[in-house]
Amino acid sequence: MNSSGWIQLILYVGVLLAITKPLGLYLCRVLDANGKTFLDPVFKPLERLTYKLIGVDPKQEHDWKRYAAAMLLFSLVSMLFTYAILRLQAMLPLNPQKLGALSEHLAFNTAASFTTNTNWQSYGGEGTMSYLSQMVALTIHNFVSAAVGIGIAAALVRGIARHTAATIGNFWVDLTRVTYYLLLPICAVLALVLVSQGMIQNFKPFDSAALVEPFTVQVPQVDAGGNAVNGPDGKPAMTDQKIDTQTIVQGPMASQVAIKMLGTNGGGYTNANAAQPFENPTPLSNFLEILAIFAIPSALTYYLGRMVKNQGHGWAVWAAMFALFLAGTLVCWHYEAAGNPNFAALGIDPADGNMEGKEVRFGIFNSALFATITTDASCGAVNSMHDSFTPLGGLIPMLNIQLGEVVFGGVGAGLYGMLIYVVIAVFIAGLMVGRTPEYLGKKIEPYDMKMASFVILVLAFSILGFTAWASVSPMGLPDAAGKATDGTNNAGPHGFSEMLYAYSSCTGNNGSAFAGLTANAPWYDTTLGLATLFGRFAMIVPILALAGSLARKKLVAESAGTFPVSGPLFTSLVVGTVLLVGALTFVPALVLGPVVEHFLMHAGKLF
Amino acid sequence: MAAKTHSIFDLAIIAPAIGESFKKLNPRHMIGNPVMFVTEVGAVITTVLLFTGGQGASFGFLLQITLWLWFTVLFANFAEAMAEGRGKAQADTLRKARTETMANRLRPDGKLEEIPSSRLRKADVVIVKAGEFIPGDGEIIEGAATVDESAITGESAPVVRESGGDRSAVTGGTRVLSDVIKIRITANPGETFLDRMIGLVEGAKRQKTPNEIALTILLSALTIIFLIVLMSMKAFGTYQSVDFSITVLVALLVCLIPTTIGGLLSAIGIAGIDRLVQKNVLAMSGRAVEAAGDVDVLLLDKTGTITLGNRHATEFFPAPGVTKEALAEAAQLSSLADETPEGRSIVVLAKEKYSLRGRELHELPHATFIPFTAQTRMSGVDIDGAQYRKGAAEQVAKFTGRSLPEPVLADVNKISGLGGTPLVVAVSDKVLGTIYLKDIVKGGLADRFERFRAMGIRTIMITGDNPRTASAIAKEAGVDDFLAEATPEQKLALIRKEQEAGHLVAMTGDGTNDAPALAQADVGVAMNTGTQAAKEAGNMVDLDSNPTKLIEVVEIGKQLLITRGALTTFSIANDVAKYFAIIPAMLVVTFPQISPLNIMRLASPQSAILSAVIFNALVIILLIPLALRGVKFRPLGAAKILQRNLLIYGVGGVIIPFIGIKAIDLVIAALHLA
Repeated sequence: MNSSGWIQLILYVGVLLAITKPLGLYLCRVLDANGKTFLDPVFKPLERLTYKLIGVDPKQEHDWKRYAAAMLLFSLVSMLFTYAILRLQAMLPLNPQKLGALSEHLAFNTAASFTTNTNWQSYGGEGTMSYLSQMVALTIHNFVSAAVGIGIAAALVRGIARHTAATIGNFWVDLTRVTYYLLLPICAVLALVLVSQGMIQNFKPFDSAALVEPFTVQVPQVDAGGNAVNGPDGKPAMTDQKIDTQTIVQGPMASQVAIKMLGTNGGGYTNANAAQPFENPTPLSNFLEILAIFAIPSALTYYLGRMVKNQGHGWAVWAAMFALFLAGTLVCWHYEAAGNPNFAALGIDPADGNMEGKEVRFGIFNSALFATITTDASCGAVNSMHDSFTPLGGLIPMLNIQLGEVVFGGVGAGLYGMLIYVVIAVFIAGLMVGRTPEYLGKKIEPYDMKMASFVILVLAFSILGFTAWASVSPMGLPDAAGKATDGTNNAGPHGFSEMLYAYSSCTGNNGSAFAGLTANAPWYDTTLGLATLFGRFAMIVPILALAGSLARKKLVAESAGTFPVSGPLFTSLVVGTVLLVGALTFVPALVLGPVVEHFLMHAGKLF
Repeated sequence: MAAKTHSIFDLAIIAPAIGESFKKLNPRHMIGNPVMFVTEVGAVITTVLLFTGGQGASFGFLLQITLWLWFTVLFANFAEAMAEGRGKAQADTLRKARTETMANRLRPDGKLEEIPSSRLRKADVVIVKAGEFIPGDGEIIEGAATVDESAITGESAPVVRESGGDRSAVTGGTRVLSDVIKIRITANPGETFLDRMIGLVEGAKRQKTPNEIALTILLSALTIIFLIVLMSMKAFGTYQSVDFSITVLVALLVCLIPTTIGGLLSAIGIAGIDRLVQKNVLAMSGRAVEAAGDVDVLLLDKTGTITLGNRHATEFFPAPGVTKEALAEAAQLSSLADETPEGRSIVVLAKEKYSLRGRELHELPHATFIPFTAQTRMSGVDIDGAQYRKGAAEQVAKFTGRSLPEPVLADVNKISGLGGTPLVVAVSDKVLGTIYLKDIVKGGLADRFERFRAMGIRTIMITGDNPRTASAIAKEAGVDDFLAEATPEQKLALIRKEQEAGHLVAMTGDGTNDAPALAQADVGVAMNTGTQAAKEAGNMVDLDSNPTKLIEVVEIGKQLLITRGALTTFSIANDVAKYFAIIPAMLVVTFPQISPLNIMRLASPQSAILSAVIFNALVIILLIPLALRGVKFRPLGAAKILQRNLLIYGVGGVIIPFIGIKAIDLVIAALHLA
């Protein structure tokens, strides 16, 4: 844990803090159907045209049921659209590499994953997706799934801010305005800046280059039919292969990377994601990419404060998120910097920490910071292999996701997830001030508790339920041949962590992975795809119901006897609730995975 | 009865409660409490496994786990039975008052018939003589009597009940001591006040309040989550070739689900109502008690609540050119028909200070008396063309048809400024002077209101006085606001206005004209001496008819909610230590390397698991007194209360089980139990 890391951390937090208010104020305008922005001359005609095309009256607001129905309809149609493109990829244009169509299960998994803002990738980006698939089928979701998330958060905030109101906004208006006024312009600027750092943006076929230092690797020997050949000892026979050329990826990268970060999508253009030199060329691009992840989620807390006319509350929520972010970063950084004690025997200086699976360009601090941020938020872009983190260093990304990605979180999703914890915190602790609990003047009643409870239940059910199924199902288990079934490549607690991480990541709509799991296979593709849908829609619908219920309520007057929702005390309360209600659920699973692995590692046993 | 409080360790309550704990094991009863139901199912499972075997662990260990799981359920049942038992003891006293009596019903033909009180119906008219029990709730339509109401109020001094006015209601089961009264029955048998009281204190038909339901939903969700956690853990173990024993998984489940609050939740609710009963206040529903905690505006009647009883005439201020004697005489005449204590005090003052004998009404056969009403705010008498009037300054001025003379107005203002009540006396169109009625503010109220302010509760004094007088008394008493010259309509309007602004309002009242306001208020405490209409309209009845008690009602409401929140927080916070006790114990056999996780240094895996289960069960028993008595309430602002309770029950809830489990582990190790 060196001073360079500390300085970068302070710089990051400083800049994040500085953009929170201005961006938050801008959000207030964007999320108000009648809000005026400096981009009106550019986008207003387009906005009007959009409403005309889809036949929406922007002046008409909807109750929560219509809002939810519109959101579900839109998600279903756009998911089917993406599924169709992926299945028909081979016949469609903009495919210079002549890539084939995706299998049913991979197309389902990918369509579900991108519709839900998860961007879990069971495929290698550049080797599977044509330019058209990347730009149309996937990038569209990067924008609209982010806009949907922000819209839902705005609907919930409206529900909290309004009283005796029937409506919580218009889904189509939120979707349109967020895409045009917020995501498109920022992405355009961000993409240009990233190009200036060396990121590519073109439609050229892949390049190839002769290696300066050709090398030889051992690969399994195959017969004419492409089947592995076993040697005399019964093990797969190996043969030497000389590598002297390298294929260099090309394509429209910057446009997708900008929204992948800003919209907390995370789906990489390339398989190596932000570790690939084109996809993350310089320290500045690295800084901008992680800043883009937290920018909107952080600004949304300001939006919350502004809308409920209690800026202290907005900042208290921000502070709770920040405390959890800081703790996660420091723990992850600490364990990565401390490294693996078993490395010493291999002649590696322990002071170098754990560099396995990390880009030398970024080093330990920026890898730990990136990993923490990408999982605090539901982004899932990575600039290092989370699978290669030390057990406890890797526990942090996993825990971040399992908490529901409420530490700043996904765009919109982070705020509405955190507000569920806030409602639960206010309910339990609110009793302790001697009144029936109220949140910003709204009494929290059985219906509201039902919806909030349902949300935390979905999280536990999907993550633990699917992981448990994978643990005992033959489809989830590793197989020596690696063919007959899906499964993990690692044994013991680490293999378990890989499964746990996969279902956490999909349920949490994160999309990052403890790679090592052979996920592109029918069973995993299907269950992980279901987890993304479950983790998205089974949460959003009760959250919208909560928004509708809060909007209908009468306001209770504020007094000295009112539960305080700002200040350090409230912040600690929220942090405590996230840890006690959120984290406790996953303690046994985390102990069986990373924690056991940690102790075994110190005893010299590796996986 | 009600005045009698029961010690928590009253053997007469404990003994039957133990029996009840076993009866409550009936699953049909347990299903109402999801957390404890899951615990019971867990206990059944471990019991079955105990005898079918194949668990790998020693029989003694499994037996102990199983027993303690059953104890957990029994302890929770015991807590509920204790709370109910305290109510039952009070109900039994009440039931004695409900013995079958004979009633003399007046038939339409005017004859009396004797029928059992159980056959009386609404609108029947009965005659009750001295020495007889009143057969049912009703209203006196003729006569007046002294009544012994000690069966209900615990107060031994007899009270006067008379027809007309605000003291006409009588309660079945009380006894007439003197005179004869004619009563119109207002409640059918089984629906009487006494019946409702018995039902309430027994908690027999107790319905969960919305807040309890919301909490139960949260606790159920947590229980389901931990069920998922434990079931998935079994699968995770299979993957890593760790075979978790079902008994141990059940033990961990029971430790993690919020059994502490789940077991004590209904006891807290019952005890809250019970604490009100001990203060001689009957809440018509648990919801009313909780609403009391939410109240942030108190409407307090000046008379009786803020000032000591009634105002007394202390001085006469004659107008220029009028002698004190003339004023005193006119004042006395105009007050003869005024039966209010103020009116009587004027007659008394005239007699004592100016030796004017209070004449009897029948001595004035030609006189026409004008009684005092809240609307006219004036009373008087017409004798031989002379119209004697006394009343509020404006009213009298209106009556005389011109504004008051300057010196009289000065007296009126002076008296108002002193917090007194000026009454102006006039004969026909001539103003004679002013009577000074003095109010005495009760001691210690200013402090109490100050505490309320800290809690965010605003106090509003309601009075029929003019604004100046009201302002002076309000200032002296330390209330935040006042409503002067209040009529029942204004009172109702004020409540509506406050409620529209998002406030919850509590008030007390006794008269029939208070009924709409009592019904409108979120918490309406009717005085037991009040009319039947008032008692029906409110959601609480104060048997002592002490309006100041509203303040205690609010405190009890808050205390109930705080106790519920504190124990929930404590229960959830406890899970941290339980994880640290049980998880290492479950894994250390397969992965001996994780032994550093056993930070409590518990003696053995078995003793660790057993200690956590025992702690989990014992903590319910240890917290029963807290649940029944309630968390100590301090009148502070919300932020301070929250900070304090979070520290005690949140942070304390994390730390205490570490100490408790370690201590139990030491005992278990010393006794070689595991």
